[in-house]
Amino acid sequence: MIAIINYEAGNLTSVKRALDYLNIPNIITKDPTTILNSQAIIFPGVGAAGSAMSNLIENNLDKVLHQAKDNSIPILGICLGSQIVLEVSEENNTKTLGLIPGKCKRFSPDLKDQDGNYINIPHMGWNSVSLKQECILFDNIESKAEFYFVHSYYPAPEKNFILGTTKYGLEFCSVLGKDRLWAVQFHPEKSGRPGLKLLENFYNYARRIKNA
Amino acid sequence: MLSKRVIPCLDVRDGKLTKGIKFKGNVDIGDPVETARIYYEQGADEIVFYDITASHEGRGIMLKVVEKVASQIFIPFSVGGGISSVKDMRNVLLAGAEKISINSAAVKNPSLISEGAEAFGSQCIVVGMDVLKVPVSKKIPSGYEVVIHGGRKPMGIDALWWAKEVERLGAGEICLNSIDADGTKNGYELNITSLIAENVRIPVIASGGAGHPQHMVDAVTKGKASAALIASIVHYGEWTIPNIKKYMQDKGVKVRIVW
Repeated sequence: MIAIINYEAGNLTSVKRALDYLNIPNIITKDPTTILNSQAIIFPGVGAAGSAMSNLIENNLDKVLHQAKDNSIPILGICLGSQIVLEVSEENNTKTLGLIPGKCKRFSPDLKDQDGNYINIPHMGWNSVSLKQECILFDNIESKAEFYFVHSYYPAPEKNFILGTTKYGLEFCSVLGKDRLWAVQFHPEKSGRPGLKLLENFYNYARRIKNA
Repeated sequence: MLSKRVIPCLDVRDGKLTKGIKFKGNVDIGDPVETARIYYEQGADEIVFYDITASHEGRGIMLKVVEKVASQIFIPFSVGGGISSVKDMRNVLLAGAEKISINSAAVKNPSLISEGAEAFGSQCIVVGMDVLKVPVSKKIPSGYEVVIHGGRKPMGIDALWWAKEVERLGAGEICLNSIDADGTKNGYELNITSLIAENVRIPVIASGGAGHPQHMVDAVTKGKASAALIASIVHYGEWTIPNIKKYMQDKGVKVRIVW
């Protein structure tokens, strides 16, 4: 069972729909016991870091996520969930979870693309990921696969936590993590088959370690 | 580097496709869910549903269609047509769409753009613009006028001014449809597309006039668009999405080729 953390931050149901389609048991929940007894946790998010953090704290979910990490439960952060695992966000100067060292930055409007045009913000659309370290989430996913991004801020973790990068005006970290905690800036639940494969890889990993 | 998007648009009335769509195989021609699934599997980057339902009952059916699409199709899709309040937007988004598209309602009530952006984020709000080429005048300096109600009602609003205005109000994207080019299959209206794309910092989707993949190439190069909307070119089976993407890639356009 995957626990999808419910903290009133955007469209949780799209993650649920993708897991349902893959026949992966899942539940949208904010109950600490359910979360800490799950095989794996997905931490999604759309919206602003500030309000997301206050919702997490209000529901005590910040502590639950730290506890889950300490208990080595596999965690996958998605989109805002990939930013909020860091220590601080430039978005409303918010102190965030601090599960991974680093901060979340805003795309500068002065950045230009390879044609010399100013980039649009948010970064919205399909883009590729270049892996910098081995990552089981990408098992059996073609290197040319693209993923769907929608964001104005991007994760900037310490270097050894950078698993993959994407180019948009600059090269930013789009996949980060360590041990059993991963986070992706794109939306796997909206990235067609490669995205579904990534979710499947995450669940299969969680099942393997549970059975090991 | 972002890929240029290819976006098929499906017209739906009372839960059924309004135009026949020719696919090989056993496809129910009237079923928007099945058609969307086929485009998804063929590599569409997004799908647009344009709901031309007039009745209340038909609207409910459309929400069911949106729910079905969301449970089977894992790329972003938007729904437009008849959305005129934040409540309408919420219903469509809760049913599983990523984006909602507003057109006439935004011209009549521009605050709908900012209200929608505030409630759901700019990335959810696509403003559709129908434009008509007119003589350059003091009132219409760009030479393109905004029209509503499917092109029947000129609004005396300059297209470039309106594009900047919708960006200021919080739109996340502009879908620019040329009434002159629509249905001609002679290519997109590149002049106004590039004029707007160069003057806003949100993505512009070119719409109206696609008859050959070269038109899509032109839209995203000369027209500076981020995406190209297509309809009859794929609905009638002249081209498939993989063929179109292959063509665009051969012309040096970055498109998504693995799906």
